[in-house]
Amino acid sequence: MILLTPLDLSLAAGLVILLAFVSWRMKINLQRQLLFSAFRMTLQLILLGLVLKILFDLSNPILIGGMALIMLFVGGREVFARQQKRFRGIWGFGIGTLSMFLSSFTVTAFTLLVVIQNQPWFAPQYAIPLLGMILGNTMNGISVGMDRFSQSVWDQREIIEQQLLLGYNSDDSISSIRRESTRSGLIPIVNSMATAGIVNLPGMMTGQILSGTSPFEAVKYQILIMFLIASGTGFGIMAALWIASKRLFDDRDRLRLDRLTG
Amino acid sequence: MTGDTRNLHVITQRSSHLNGLRIRSLITREKGPYNLTVVPGNCTCITGSSGSGKSLLLRAIADLDPHQGEVFLDGKSAADFKPSAWRRSVGLLPAESRWWKDQVDDHFPTIDAELLRKVGFSLDVTGWQINRLSTGERQRLALARLLLNKPKALLLDEPTASLDPDNVVRIEGLIEDYRKTYMTPVVWISHDMEQVKRVADSHYLMTPGGLIENGSEQNSA
Repeated sequence: MILLTPLDLSLAAGLVILLAFVSWRMKINLQRQLLFSAFRMTLQLILLGLVLKILFDLSNPILIGGMALIMLFVGGREVFARQQKRFRGIWGFGIGTLSMFLSSFTVTAFTLLVVIQNQPWFAPQYAIPLLGMILGNTMNGISVGMDRFSQSVWDQREIIEQQLLLGYNSDDSISSIRRESTRSGLIPIVNSMATAGIVNLPGMMTGQILSGTSPFEAVKYQILIMFLIASGTGFGIMAALWIASKRLFDDRDRLRLDRLTG
Repeated sequence: MTGDTRNLHVITQRSSHLNGLRIRSLITREKGPYNLTVVPGNCTCITGSSGSGKSLLLRAIADLDPHQGEVFLDGKSAADFKPSAWRRSVGLLPAESRWWKDQVDDHFPTIDAELLRKVGFSLDVTGWQINRLSTGERQRLALARLLLNKPKALLLDEPTASLDPDNVVRIEGLIEDYRKTYMTPVVWISHDMEQVKRVADSHYLMTPGGLIENGSEQNSA
């Protein structure tokens, strides 16, 4: 394996700086965000590298659990930040976070305990990367699904209330929007499974191959990860939209859009 | 209980204070309190300026908005109904109907040719596209869709606002027929004083502090 030097990374960073320059000249005006995000990414990953090194050395379950919770809360905050219409109060942050917790942590625990069966099961070399991959994808799915859901309910509120007036219950009047939103959250992972290995080479597998793992071993891990991501994302979206649709109605089946902001 | 005594029971209940639609101290969106009783088979018209809260009152009666106070139908409180059963029972016809599928018949659980005829359509209408209907056609179809639920009370929000004179007569006749056949209490929001004279048994004016009775109309049935 060829170790990368700071100079190697600087050369690659030069490409991003070049892109920013072109973006400025062409008045695309994305150079600031581009450079800022690239900088932020670099800093975050360097920090992660340091943190992971400490975690791996100590292999302390409390520290690993703490790290997992930080990842969860940052993901939950991100889901919240990406919503155009947000639930008021604790629900805004809570629905996404709870759903991510339910799906990602369950799927990760299942994988560690039943599939990988490492000793100890929470060994950070497996637990943290697996959880990270699943959380990251679940986060994307839930934020797409929830955004679509609350936006659709907002746009179709008069139709929903018309159906309530005709004697539909809350579930009848919202189930088609919930289905559509679940679908839109799941489509990216379905598509990426369909084209995996042909159009795109998944990043995790690429990384393993670059670091010297035999391609076939890397492929097996990638298949595992894809299954986990798809199921974690799907169940996460379903949980989030189920809670969200309950929250949008009260005990008298009234549509309560006052529980959303914006 | 024999059939006769049961009928007698129904009749006495109908004439008693407990029956029909009863609204008690209803406050919605900081407006009210509203008090109103509509006895079975009677039509109560509500008039008032735009924004005075007439439509909000109907929404609250149908329990679409959180509110204070209580609404009773035939002596039974809204809170004792399942929400969907309550809304079926107090059929609210909004000022603007909503449609969510492409074709008319997608919105009707069953097709009642007689009912469609009464709102002025032949059976062909079931295959029509919603987006090609005029506002008036939608309004008449929305009434047919509502009556299909056999509501025990009617809450009508300007039901003839966008209809031509012939259809106004047709719809007024249909509603009168329905309420007299099933002894249905009707709350009817209107801007048309001539219409109020034609259809109302009683007439209230919507004010910020509540409903003010405007004197009984001559039409009492």
